[in-house]
Amino acid sequence: MNSRITLFHPVFLLSLFMVFVYSGKAFADYDYINISDPFHRKVPLAVTVPASLSDDAETGLLAEQTADILGRALAFTGYFNLIDDRAFLEAPGEQGITAREVNFGNWRDIGAHLLITGGIRLEGRVLQMEFRLFDPFRQELVFGKRYTGDTSDLRRMVLRFSDEMIYRMTGDWGVFNTQIAFVSETENGKAVFVSDFDGENVRRITAPDDIVLTPAWCPESRRIAYTSYAADKPDIYIWSVDSGKNEVFADFEGLNITPAWKPDGSGLAATLSFEGDEEIYLLTPEGDVDKRLTNSWGVDVSPGFSPDGKKMAFVSGRAGSPQIYIMNLDTMRTRRLTFEGRYNTQPEWSPRGDQIAYSSMRDGQSDIFVINVDGSGLRQLTQDSGRNESPSWSPDGNLIVFSSTREGESSIYVMTAMGGEQRKLIDKPGNQSLPDWSPVTGQ
Amino acid sequence: MKKCISFGLLLVLVMSLVMFASCAKRPPEPEDYPPDEQPMDIRTGERAEIEAELERQRRIAEQELEGFRDLTPEEEAARVEKEMDRMAFLESTVYFAFDNSSLTTEAREILLRQARWLKKNGDVTVIVEGHCDNRGTEEYNLALGSRRAQSVKDFLVNAGVEPSRIVTISYGEERPAVQGDNEKAWSKNRRAEFRLR
Repeated sequence: MNSRITLFHPVFLLSLFMVFVYSGKAFADYDYINISDPFHRKVPLAVTVPASLSDDAETGLLAEQTADILGRALAFTGYFNLIDDRAFLEAPGEQGITAREVNFGNWRDIGAHLLITGGIRLEGRVLQMEFRLFDPFRQELVFGKRYTGDTSDLRRMVLRFSDEMIYRMTGDWGVFNTQIAFVSETENGKAVFVSDFDGENVRRITAPDDIVLTPAWCPESRRIAYTSYAADKPDIYIWSVDSGKNEVFADFEGLNITPAWKPDGSGLAATLSFEGDEEIYLLTPEGDVDKRLTNSWGVDVSPGFSPDGKKMAFVSGRAGSPQIYIMNLDTMRTRRLTFEGRYNTQPEWSPRGDQIAYSSMRDGQSDIFVINVDGSGLRQLTQDSGRNESPSWSPDGNLIVFSSTREGESSIYVMTAMGGEQRKLIDKPGNQSLPDWSPVTGQ
Repeated sequence: MKKCISFGLLLVLVMSLVMFASCAKRPPEPEDYPPDEQPMDIRTGERAEIEAELERQRRIAEQELEGFRDLTPEEEAARVEKEMDRMAFLESTVYFAFDNSSLTTEAREILLRQARWLKKNGDVTVIVEGHCDNRGTEEYNLALGSRRAQSVKDFLVNAGVEPSRIVTISYGEERPAVQGDNEKAWSKNRRAEFRLR
């Protein structure tokens, strides 16, 4: 699907080799996780410390580190319940990691529906890791993989196995290869930062400025559009992973804000005010006006495209208070989506295209809501926890990242798409806001 | 209250001008200093340049002083009034209701005065800043701030000011005038301000 991008992806360039150890049954045979079921129970999972296949102290350390990264990554998804390793009746890392060596009864007894064993071999800087996923109740291997790379690729190798596992369990690639962009205060002003899916590896990608807003990933996750007042007015800039540069994209007179990429990459929508009113325009990839999309007096802002690119959600003040509308881009017909509440903004289309997450302000508190695109099924995901704003879906549709002031300053949080397991993602001084989850999944 | 402040400011301004002028009568002469009191960063090779610059500044100060003395009392009064008008223009702020960009009666009165000053001072280009309180979301507030600044611009244009002399900019909720999470602070932050370009 993203073959061109995959070729240029750093993971690919790392010359990281991957070999099937064993091929188990197709994932479709298994029914561990049904993500469309809001009441799906977490699958009890045992993650064991991999066996050290080379005889030195460093291998042992790397094995511990591997189990830690693997456990955290899989728990992050919200699909699994990690079984406490103090309950384990055997240590595959010491007694054997293959189907013949593992005693499945020991794992059934502690209720493990899934078991992961692994092995690590270190030769100089070359790290070889293998993982096996077992079903102790069926007493069989689900699948196994071997990875070879540099020792510095350990985290990446573990996450690739995690991704593969999620793909086999759910039929969709996981989020382990994704990133989150957000705005954070620094000592010298605000700047756009990027972190890995789990809040690790935080790095700044723009120069700090007085006002920096709304980073938005492009469809291939190689560029980020955002608004900065670097030239003392709100202009749109684009940062590129490949060049590492930030360049002006749109600097019309007045507002240049809330950029949103078309899913096929053929342009961006943004709110401009050069004609004297805040309207949403479609811009070419070069930053020229293609056409005006909205045409109503007053504020029209925060466009967001449906995954098929045929519809656009946006916020308009046309009815006297900010509400979310959906425009059919073929017919240019617009209908109002939200009717509950007097302040509904920041719409974010779910990756499957059937729902929209947004923030709603009631009695001075903002909360995250999700609504079906047809206006049915409204549900509240956050409550009684300060201001919860700026939702953004993980590309597998399973998680939502957002900002919250529940602990005082505004920070970045993540939760399941059902509102479960709300936790802080990034621990960093200063206020953080406006997170955006990168759209590309897979390997 | 505001007028008092303006007048006070003006007094300070006039005083400092007079002081500057009296200084200018006796420019500092580096040669008078004993060698060890020479300013540290003056290197001998640059002294001629610095002296020339000092001489130039002295002449400008004297010219300004002459101009100042030439004013008749009437001209002096006009000058003070003009300065006060300018300050009144810059200190005028228009306030808005929550999530609203329409102009109140009070706002219209203020803007009529603003328009009069702009028409009297035809060489001036003004920047209208639109601001919001910190409730609501940043994106919408940026657009709302823009709408507020546009409302002000539209009014001034209708009152006869050339559109090209008015530039609008929105700061959304990013630059509050007052900190705080209460209606008193919010009402001070939902505003349009003026500055000269």
